[in-house]
Amino acid sequence: MKKKSLTALLAFMLALSMALVGCGKSEKTSGSAKEGTAQSTLVYGRGGDSVSLDPATVTDGESLKVTKNIFDTLLDYNDNDTSIKPALAEKWDISKDGLTYTFKLRKGVKFHDGTDFNAEAVVFNFERWANGNADKFPYYGSMFGGYKNDESHVIKEVKALDDYTVQFVLKRPQAPFLKNLAMPPFAIASPAAVKKYGDKFGENPVGTGPFVFKEWKRNERIVLEKNKDYWMNGYPKLNQLIFVSIPDNSARLNALLKGEIDLMEDLNPTDLKQLEGKKDFQIFKRPSMNVGYVGLTVTRGPLKNKLVRQALNYAVDKKAIIDAFYAGQAEPAKNPMPPSIPGYNDAIQDYPFDLEKAKQLLAQAGYPNGFEMELWAMPVPRPYMPDGKKVAEALQANFAKIGVKAKIVTYEWATYLDKAAKGEADAFLLGWTGDNGDADNFLYALLDKDSIGSNNYTYYSNDELHKILVEAQTVSDENQRNELYKKAQEIIKDDAPWIPLVHSTPLLAGKTNIKGFNPHPTGSDKFTKVEFQ
Amino acid sequence: MFAYTVRRVFMVIPVLLGMSLVVFFMIRAIPGNPAQVILGQKATKEAVAALTHKLGLDQPWYVQYVKYLGGLLRGDLGESIRTGTAVSHEIWPYLAATLELSLAAMFIAVIIGVNAGIVSAWFQNSWFDYAAMVLALIGVSMPIFWLGLMEQWIFAIHLDWLPTAGREEVRNPIEPITHLYLIDTLLQGNTEQFVEVLQHLILPSVALATIPMAIIARITRSSMLEVMKSDYVRTARAKGLSMFWVVYKHSLKNAIIPVLTVIGLQTGLLLGGAILTETIFSWPGIGRYIYDAIGYRDYPVIQSGILVVATIFIFINLIVDLLYAAIDPRIKYN
Repeated sequence: MKKKSLTALLAFMLALSMALVGCGKSEKTSGSAKEGTAQSTLVYGRGGDSVSLDPATVTDGESLKVTKNIFDTLLDYNDNDTSIKPALAEKWDISKDGLTYTFKLRKGVKFHDGTDFNAEAVVFNFERWANGNADKFPYYGSMFGGYKNDESHVIKEVKALDDYTVQFVLKRPQAPFLKNLAMPPFAIASPAAVKKYGDKFGENPVGTGPFVFKEWKRNERIVLEKNKDYWMNGYPKLNQLIFVSIPDNSARLNALLKGEIDLMEDLNPTDLKQLEGKKDFQIFKRPSMNVGYVGLTVTRGPLKNKLVRQALNYAVDKKAIIDAFYAGQAEPAKNPMPPSIPGYNDAIQDYPFDLEKAKQLLAQAGYPNGFEMELWAMPVPRPYMPDGKKVAEALQANFAKIGVKAKIVTYEWATYLDKAAKGEADAFLLGWTGDNGDADNFLYALLDKDSIGSNNYTYYSNDELHKILVEAQTVSDENQRNELYKKAQEIIKDDAPWIPLVHSTPLLAGKTNIKGFNPHPTGSDKFTKVEFQ
Repeated sequence: MFAYTVRRVFMVIPVLLGMSLVVFFMIRAIPGNPAQVILGQKATKEAVAALTHKLGLDQPWYVQYVKYLGGLLRGDLGESIRTGTAVSHEIWPYLAATLELSLAAMFIAVIIGVNAGIVSAWFQNSWFDYAAMVLALIGVSMPIFWLGLMEQWIFAIHLDWLPTAGREEVRNPIEPITHLYLIDTLLQGNTEQFVEVLQHLILPSVALATIPMAIIARITRSSMLEVMKSDYVRTARAKGLSMFWVVYKHSLKNAIIPVLTVIGLQTGLLLGGAILTETIFSWPGIGRYIYDAIGYRDYPVIQSGILVVATIFIFINLIVDLLYAAIDPRIKYN
């Protein structure tokens, strides 16, 4: 009797679950049928949501990735590197003294709200930023030396000579000026829309770009639609571009494999093998414009001594780290900036992996038996550091071989950056992705004494280096400028405030039928030419 | 009963006040300046200082707290530092997403958990009993993160039965009305989307349900075992009632009180603690909303988000307490 009722109950449960699964199956067929018709919509899966869609007000990559497609800049980067090509400006002249830039603008371009793009619109945007402050328009201040009333402000005035000619007069030459203009934060917004929406422009962006903003559900998706009147004839190819946020890298890959998204970024290098041999998917490699490094805070304990920092440089086996944690998708770094950037000093010889030499230097520095220090591991994955904890463990093992006992420490990300910026870390993992492909954006931003407290986390300060870096900011002769940066890299190598680890190749994965997608080194991609075949 | 309810509702006030104070200080104790975090790694010192001032974070703590409290009294939950939108305006879609997910999870957990517990007690020491209890042990100890990814791998990719992530078909989005999508699609009479929403709900709610299901099963079993040994059960059997009725009607009624307590507590926990599930299944719920806010040091969102979740938690427990009396007439609140 007892047995009978148990069997009956279980039979009932089994029947119920069968019914549910059956249900699921039949429903699914209808789901995939619909996908067949969606070939003009591209769904792009990424890790986080945007903060605001007013590009001038943000610094986060997740915002700029989207605004790059809603707005255009005066100049744009070429498809594969950070060299300059015309965009909203068709032609330009630079005066001999490097102080006056005159741009001829493209005619017949309209903003998404139907208003005209012209010289007045350009002036309006630059006035808006220059009259702001560091809190409102952070990138403007850092790229153009401040705001209207600041002495360090590079731009003296921006004026409209006629409807389609705009002139920039600078107070002093700025070498990367054109590259700066091509950065996504300096995209031209519709003056009418800026006035109309005020503070809410970031939720109602209006530009001239290939896609028109349609909808934003925070933490879920941003939907853009084709700009039918785009100034590039026959483009964009896609009807709809949707950005969805899927925070976990593995879950995002699952969504791609299932066909829920078409393209994803931040593929874990270790997940590469999951896509091997699958003909429906292709891998995209983003040209490297980053550096992952170990910062050695030069104000702390034994790290004050240059010989100790050099010894640590000798003790790291970069190749082994790359093979183990980047699945080979990175190259060892010897300089603080990647080789693709003009001014890279390829003549520099990296510190070889040489434990004997390292021990010798330690002994010379007065630490024959090594010492103890903290080694901070990044808590979040980044393309230049896919797994901070594991890289830290590998470094720990390397350091142990020369008697340096590294204790691995980690904090929640915001805390990590805050404490590191205050100089509280001994050795720490960190990295940087370039904004505009200029050496200044690496060397000055990360290692100049002016950057202590912001991005120079090692507190490294060298007056000779400072002089060179400041000079390079104003030299307009390309060769002369490159020589200055090469010299700077020599100084940095000798002082060894970092152990440069890698320049990684960020990986993306997408469906095989995606064509015309060239991942850009800056991390912000324009989808104008992307289509399905 | 009425007086009791009113008294309990009033007791909520000091609890929430105390909590708001604790949360207020705890989040300010974490290092990291919101202005720095918002402006990012690349911001200048001036930018950070300017934003700190604008956000009022350079004022003394008591000024900030009194301002916050004053806002709360006026029903103002503050403004998100990151998005610049009122939290009271922003929070509902996230809360609705979490409500839908956790209610679905609790539905599964209660139906399966309670029944597995009952059957285990009924057929104590049978193979079913052992199997169910081993499964329950596994359920309690299973890392949700791993379970979620495995579910996606098996049921979405290999078997191709269900979607991997999200609340809806990205290419066929839902027009929200209440933001509870099951209800919205029903209101719109859109059965296709209703089914899609259900499909999206299954994997995350099963993942979320495992732990409460296991706990509920174990509590139900032990509570039932105790009751089934009592004299009145033997009497009921002796007078010829079928075992099914004895178990499900007579025993369950007396055994259910501790189970109800656990259900209440677990529901509350799911509301705030579904972060892992929400991350793996990119579910835009309140757990992730608050978690992201912590990453950004978005104080108003953290404070108000936790306050909202806590308020719901307290009210669920109040309802559970009131249910005791409804189920067991011997319990009276005076």
